[in-house]
Amino acid sequence: MGNYHLTHLKELEAEAIYVLREVAAQFERPVLLFSGGKDSIVLVHLSRKAFYPANIPFPLLHIDTGHNFIETLEFRDRLAQSVNARLLVGSVQQSIDQGRAVEETGINASRNVLQTVTLLDAIEANKFDAAIGGARRDEEKARAKERFFSHRDEFGQWDPKNQRPELWYMFNGKKRLGEHFRVFPISNWTEMDVWQYILAENIDLPSIYFTHERDVFYRDGVWLAAAPFMEMKPSEKIEYRRVRCRTVGDISCTGLTLSSADTVEDIIQEIAATRVTERGSRYDDKRSEAAMEDRKKEGYF
Amino acid sequence: MELLRFTTAGSVDDGKSTLIGRLLYDSKSIFEDQLDAVKRASVQKGGEHINLALFTDGLRAEREQGITIDVAYRYFATPHRKFIIADTPGHVQYTRNMVTGASTANAAIVLIDARNGVIEQTHRHTFLASLLGIPHIIVCINKMDLMDYREDVYNNIKHDYQIFVDQIFPGHDMRFIPISALKGDNVVKPSENMAWYTDGTLLHHLETIPISQDHDLKHPRFPVQYVIRPESDEFHDYRGYAGRVAGGFFHPGDKVVVLPSGIENEITSVDTLSGALAEAHPPMSVTLTLKDDVDLSRGDMIVGVGDVPLQSCDITAMICWMNQKPMVLNGKYALKHTTRDVRCIVQNVDYVLNITTLEKITEHKNVRMNDIALIRLRTTKPLFFDPYTTNRITGSLILIDEATNETVAAGMIV
Repeated sequence: MGNYHLTHLKELEAEAIYVLREVAAQFERPVLLFSGGKDSIVLVHLSRKAFYPANIPFPLLHIDTGHNFIETLEFRDRLAQSVNARLLVGSVQQSIDQGRAVEETGINASRNVLQTVTLLDAIEANKFDAAIGGARRDEEKARAKERFFSHRDEFGQWDPKNQRPELWYMFNGKKRLGEHFRVFPISNWTEMDVWQYILAENIDLPSIYFTHERDVFYRDGVWLAAAPFMEMKPSEKIEYRRVRCRTVGDISCTGLTLSSADTVEDIIQEIAATRVTERGSRYDDKRSEAAMEDRKKEGYF
Repeated sequence: MELLRFTTAGSVDDGKSTLIGRLLYDSKSIFEDQLDAVKRASVQKGGEHINLALFTDGLRAEREQGITIDVAYRYFATPHRKFIIADTPGHVQYTRNMVTGASTANAAIVLIDARNGVIEQTHRHTFLASLLGIPHIIVCINKMDLMDYREDVYNNIKHDYQIFVDQIFPGHDMRFIPISALKGDNVVKPSENMAWYTDGTLLHHLETIPISQDHDLKHPRFPVQYVIRPESDEFHDYRGYAGRVAGGFFHPGDKVVVLPSGIENEITSVDTLSGALAEAHPPMSVTLTLKDDVDLSRGDMIVGVGDVPLQSCDITAMICWMNQKPMVLNGKYALKHTTRDVRCIVQNVDYVLNITTLEKITEHKNVRMNDIALIRLRTTKPLFFDPYTTNRITGSLILIDEATNETVAAGMIV
């Protein structure tokens, strides 16, 4: 017998494509949650593969906190255009203006949590019945318990203690009116898999993933980008450093890594040697032991 | 680099979490911030040692109660392979969780406490592993440090286990390793305390088990998942059948049969975004185009000529019931099989199995949470299936409660 196996990347790719096609087959109005980060960029790439030679049969939805790195917004618009996908933007600023969300104040203010309001409003307004996300189980301990097809009630809530069992590759997307699903095609990918795949498939990324010089300041073990809306403590000083993003969220919570990596190969080397997880640099996860679980229950990504 | 999926089976105090912690720790897969978080949590709870189980407990309720509720997935890699661990809790709803974790696993680690030997729980775990068709079983005889690393202890347990396993699982790929998860003997590093054992560490076995034959490579099976019609100028008449190969090989030019019509056809191309392929095999996701235009949609199946699966509305399946609400005899359920959605009625319960004694209980027809039972179903439309022992994809099904939409049973077609 020959050696009929796939490499781990090919097998993960085949699994993700299978999940994406299940979404298109089982739901009427799916949407892909596009953050501008590498995981959602990989999702767009996988979606092209899943439906080639047809266009991606669902729009992209970006929840814009209004505090984004300008590089990711430009990248987002270019990518949507190049793959011929419809781009929808849900604005956190608008949710605040309408009184649906209340801006946090103080030193650690972030619009990260507020995104949930805008996201759930966008899902309801557009009657989306499945929202595809780039979350991975290796990212965070609450996410390790997540299903590929994750059921959300009519309030958008996740009930982690009462999840549907998920066996083989059979995904139960049945739901009542008003409920929806979150779907995570790259659940089984690790950070390293994502980077190796980006390298193997030659996927284009926003420039902030690579080394660049920027005004930054240091807080609780994390380097953060200086920006007009970022309130600083008197003891914190702006420094000009060579950094890159390891994950990309909104500016207020994205930790930067001191790094001179300027190619995907460099980044892979850097990750292979690193001793801290990816979300270790996320300020939003540092709020409490169960920060992610609590946000997820309410309907966060 | 290949991907190996494995699951762990053990009773509450067999050291399952410690073993996983040890594998992750010794293969340098635990990061500093994770270690810090676990150290902090261990101290806060007044523990004296780092509690390795905290690496695998993800939910607040789990940490608070010190139990694991749900299957958690863990990832690590060595230069040889990438691993996905389905870590199944030993306390609550054990059967349901183990069945879930086992459904996609290439290998199962069955843990035995060297002090206790083969016990009832070991029988249950081994039976479930066999029922779910896990191709490779690794029996780890743990806590050898507490038995002075004695070879006779290991040999006796191995002997007892072999007698049991020959009844239910004859000729299966079975490996035995004496370990101490706590001290690290034979997990990642060879044990200096057990020079009498020379058959390789647990990690060595995980890295080298041959897995390329774990899929059914004999019988060509392609459940149609989604029909691709670009409706663009460039691909005006294109009609592609997207799906994941569930068995066998598909090449351009191959004669095939499409089900349910039974009409012969021919594969024109095996398409992907990166270009057309000369061959597709499990578990690849591809798009097939056919020579003759036919009515073919989701839930249909493309199979080999002269090698068609069974087709019937009468299905006999061994099921694991997974819902608080017991099964209703003569009740109607939604049924998912490959990409096919049908409805079914439960016509009979042949027996409920006592999975410890393997005794078949025929006196009653009650099937409750965590029960294993042989049942007969009648479906609204025929299924195209193979026995589960031949193909884990075309041989499996799930039942869904139509009132709650919950997945209530996993079935293996006999």
